[in-house]
Amino acid sequence: MVFWFPAPPQVPVLQINNGPSLSGLVTIATHLVQEAKRPELLGDSAEQRAVVQQWLEYRVTKLDNCPKEEIKTILKDLNQYLEDKVYLAGNNFTLADTLMYYGIHHIMVDLTVQEKEKWANVSRWFDHVQHYPGVRHHLPPVVVSRNRLYTGGHH
Amino acid sequence: MNLFVSEGNPHCVKVLAAVELTGVKCDISHVNHEERVVPYLSRPTLPALALPSGLHLFSPNAICRFLFEASGREASSLANQWLEWEATELQPALAQALHLSALQGKRTEAATALQVPLSVLEQGLRKRATPFLSGEEVSVADIVLWGALYPVLSDSSFMTGELAQVGGWFQRVALLPACQSAVRAVLTGKGAESQLKAYLQKQPAPHAQRREAQPCNQPEAEDTEVVVTEEEMQAAAQTWNLGLKDCPAPISREHPILPQDGKRNILLTSALPYVNNVPHLGNIIGCVLSADVFARYGRLRGWNVLFVCGTDEYGTATENKAREEGLTPQQICDKYHAVHTAIYRWFHIDFDYFGRTTTPHQTEIAQDIFWRLHERGFLLEDTVEQLRCEGCQRFLADRFVEGVCPHCRYPEARGDQCDKCGRLINAVELKDPQCKVCRQTPVIQSSKHLFLDLPKLEGQLEEWLERSFSSGDWTANARQITRSWIRDGLKPRCITRDLQWGTPVPHPDFSEKVFYVWFDAPIGYLSITANYTSQWEKWWKNPDQVELYNFMAKDNVPFHSVVFPCSLLGAQDNYTLVNHLIATEYLNYEDTKFSKSRGVGVFGDMAKDTGIPADVWRFYLLYLRPEGQDSAFSWADMALKNNSELLNNLGNFINRAGMFVTRFFEGSVPQMELLQEDLKLLAQVGWELRQYIQLLDKVRIRDALKCILNISRHGNQYIQVNEPWKKIKGGDQERQRAGTVTGVAVNVACLLSALLHPYMPTVGAAIRDQLRAPPTCMEAALQGAGSFVCVLPAGHRIGTVSPLFQKLEADQIEALKKRFGGQQPEEEAAGPQALTLPRSARLALLFSALAECSRAAGSPGTWFAGGGGPTGAGSRREALSPADDATPLIGSGRLRARAPRSPAAASPPNGDGGKEERGTSRVAASRPAFRRARETRQRYDQPEPLSLKQKPHPVLWLTPPPPQPRPAAQPCADPERAQQLAREVAEQGERVRTLKAQKAEKGAITAEVSRLLELKKQLALAEGRNPDPAPQKGKKK
Repeated sequence: MVFWFPAPPQVPVLQINNGPSLSGLVTIATHLVQEAKRPELLGDSAEQRAVVQQWLEYRVTKLDNCPKEEIKTILKDLNQYLEDKVYLAGNNFTLADTLMYYGIHHIMVDLTVQEKEKWANVSRWFDHVQHYPGVRHHLPPVVVSRNRLYTGGHH
Repeated sequence: MNLFVSEGNPHCVKVLAAVELTGVKCDISHVNHEERVVPYLSRPTLPALALPSGLHLFSPNAICRFLFEASGREASSLANQWLEWEATELQPALAQALHLSALQGKRTEAATALQVPLSVLEQGLRKRATPFLSGEEVSVADIVLWGALYPVLSDSSFMTGELAQVGGWFQRVALLPACQSAVRAVLTGKGAESQLKAYLQKQPAPHAQRREAQPCNQPEAEDTEVVVTEEEMQAAAQTWNLGLKDCPAPISREHPILPQDGKRNILLTSALPYVNNVPHLGNIIGCVLSADVFARYGRLRGWNVLFVCGTDEYGTATENKAREEGLTPQQICDKYHAVHTAIYRWFHIDFDYFGRTTTPHQTEIAQDIFWRLHERGFLLEDTVEQLRCEGCQRFLADRFVEGVCPHCRYPEARGDQCDKCGRLINAVELKDPQCKVCRQTPVIQSSKHLFLDLPKLEGQLEEWLERSFSSGDWTANARQITRSWIRDGLKPRCITRDLQWGTPVPHPDFSEKVFYVWFDAPIGYLSITANYTSQWEKWWKNPDQVELYNFMAKDNVPFHSVVFPCSLLGAQDNYTLVNHLIATEYLNYEDTKFSKSRGVGVFGDMAKDTGIPADVWRFYLLYLRPEGQDSAFSWADMALKNNSELLNNLGNFINRAGMFVTRFFEGSVPQMELLQEDLKLLAQVGWELRQYIQLLDKVRIRDALKCILNISRHGNQYIQVNEPWKKIKGGDQERQRAGTVTGVAVNVACLLSALLHPYMPTVGAAIRDQLRAPPTCMEAALQGAGSFVCVLPAGHRIGTVSPLFQKLEADQIEALKKRFGGQQPEEEAAGPQALTLPRSARLALLFSALAECSRAAGSPGTWFAGGGGPTGAGSRREALSPADDATPLIGSGRLRARAPRSPAAASPPNGDGGKEERGTSRVAASRPAFRRARETRQRYDQPEPLSLKQKPHPVLWLTPPPPQPRPAAQPCADPERAQQLAREVAEQGERVRTLKAQKAEKGAITAEVSRLLELKKQLALAEGRNPDPAPQKGKKK
């Protein structure tokens, strides 16, 4: 089966052997996870699956190409969200963590120590994900300071 | 489950239709657009679905997908693909189209914005030839796309003949009962349009060109190849060929500089530094250095610039300093004025005039403004209660009285604020007040004072501010601080003080008083100009011809934007008021504050003792200029920026360009025949040059500096790709190519010398000197929007080329950091500070120890999320009672062995350091933060000797990590020998360079090079480093 789908230049396209081509990062990643028979990476209940899809969408709509002045808002929101969570979908590692990690890496690299501490929950989550076996790949590890040494009183 | 929706929001149409269609049970609440339903999002986001688990879904597409899945209909890959397309491609176009049509009435433009996505949809439907997007049945994708397009496609005028499939599909979905009732619920009948409008107005304006963000701000900008068009290359070639023939002659500065007709007349001031504080780096970048960059730039642009500044000399602090040093206040001012002058001269601050406030002109002008305000009824009289010390025979300024805090009973509260509870205090409310000088108890005395009636001037002020804001460049913080002052309402402000050292109040009823410094000091700008030229009024009473720029740090904003303008407006003498107010945020020192009393930080007079050239200081301070947010000075980062940006990037490029001319073309610029590749570089450089000018015109000093570095990066890449050192050995054609590349590169170097002039004047001049650049080359580059012309034509002979920058070595930086870091960390820990370490810091120490231990146990970072995150942290928190001191933790186990013993051990090992410099810019950007983290940690790691005396700490339940093996090379470290060797290495290096420059025999050079390598090896050993040299980055010649 071949069906036509337009792909703007920056959108990834997956050509499946003897199958249709798929375009879009989220679509392709979701498809690959299903192919790999790792459905738990997409969430193990309808609710969780929706949450995972939501953060995947967040990654490609809010985070990618986000204007500079929006970065703070994104970090703030994520930081609040992650306050009581280990991973984006709660207690289990999912595809959302992986893709969000790749998407946010360039932002984390540029954060100062103070900023990393300001967004402590994001830093904690990020550090956790970058150490998750097999996630980091070619990306350089970002050092997240582990101790709050100054009190931030001068801000 | 509860679904929150709002009126007029097309996304809510999607989810309501999905609820109806799937029949999933959930409660529906109608709320306002501003309602924040999802607790962790800063912007109100609707629709939102609260799930039974307590989680929220805030993406309409995720909600629809969930509802479909809950009713047993999972989305196919095809449906997924449409959903992703809707979110990433359709929505941005829709946001723009709706904004244009509903809010601006631009329907044609709106239709254009949607052209591409609608034709994609049309073709998708046509290929599939099914009634719905992913098959015969309606799916989640249909509902989502239909809902998104509803506000547009329900208006039939958007439907054109080319969109037949879209039209048919849209009608099919719209006729579903679920969709009809969803529309009724969200966009109710007659008010539909205004509801949509109301919704759209609450949305952030769409970013039409999101991908074209400011390239200069983005550290990764150089990774992404800027696409250069054919036209741009042609235009760049034309400009290049103009050469110097149309270039304006450089303007000579003839004092006194006065406003001229037909010129842009710029009066530039930087905040007056207080005379008896030696300025620190933060003061320098905040005012004089920033203003200097802009002044130098303005002069190159051909503007008529007058840059004045001076020391602010009156006030209590001077009186006290005089008492301390046994001098008169005037003697103190004379002494420190000279200190300031010397510091700014060392930093190459090129004032047109650097004056002072203790002059007869100051008295004359201040008293004139005072009388004019008085005559016009803008001054009020009131009685003020003040503390007076009978022993010292004077009224006590707030900071010279101490007592018990009336709020928290802290015994050492100051007259203006309590350090313990932080509350502001009125000095007369202090209990048991004491004079800080003689310890006597002061008495309360009332005294008559004059007040500037700001409320009466508020109307005029606001009217003027509105004009100045709209026509001038005010930094965002300046606007914001000013607005908040006005919003809080202006109150009368006291302008008189019971002191001797000040401008006397001329009114007979106030003969014992002087003007309060905030009233007096800004008048200093006028009086300093008056000391420069008797025609000062041509600058200061000439608002039609003169533009006034004020530079300062943000704490000075209200005095320049509200209070001083009110004085001048009230005086009604046609004064020039500020047009552009440029305020910086704060510069911190290694993540703490500069503090003279604690000896923390680098102060102006010490900078030159570091041996680092003034221009490198200027570069680093400007690179970090706190534009938009606070920044922090860090020694390690300074070394990194010096070594990576100045040495490896900028210096390397300029030096190579010059060396090629010297070595391959006998010092004479070769013939150039430009190919496509060269034109591309000209276009790239031209683009950066125009960007530089646009940014500096708006006083974005730090951002413009990045353009300079980008140009030399382009240049380095250009040389690297074209390899002139190889081509010169080839045939005629290749030699011609080497010539062109060398000629273009040396012209780029010359352009850089002009762009560098505002930032690093000495370096810029050195480059022009080495290249024997024509005097007009700077003006040529910066005229108009910026033009990169060929200023060194074929045949031009250049001078002797030599390196511009020196490497900052790790041990050198480490030594400086120690020297300027304040008290020794050991003392700090032993003193009372260690016991009063804030709770959060003690906790942090515990965590850091835990992290170290868990890392040793082989489980990286488990402390972070392990044990359930916050809960785990909570239980650990209890392990450390408030009375415990955290320092013993640091002494335990492995950390002890890691405490740095020598500067060399504290810096990263050599191989590591080498890697850093070679890394890409992204990596480089992350390194300073990393280094800072290490350094701050080390400060706390050090109080080890103390900890040995403490009793064992309960944290010993953690597995004690194995002792760290000492680095093998360390025992050999020998600082004295290292110093001697370092000198020898430098000398030998110079010898090699000279030989190479003289084109000496190959054998001779090789011998000297091997001697150099041997010396370097010995040096490494003496410093306790690994003697094996780090591998070289590519081979450069």
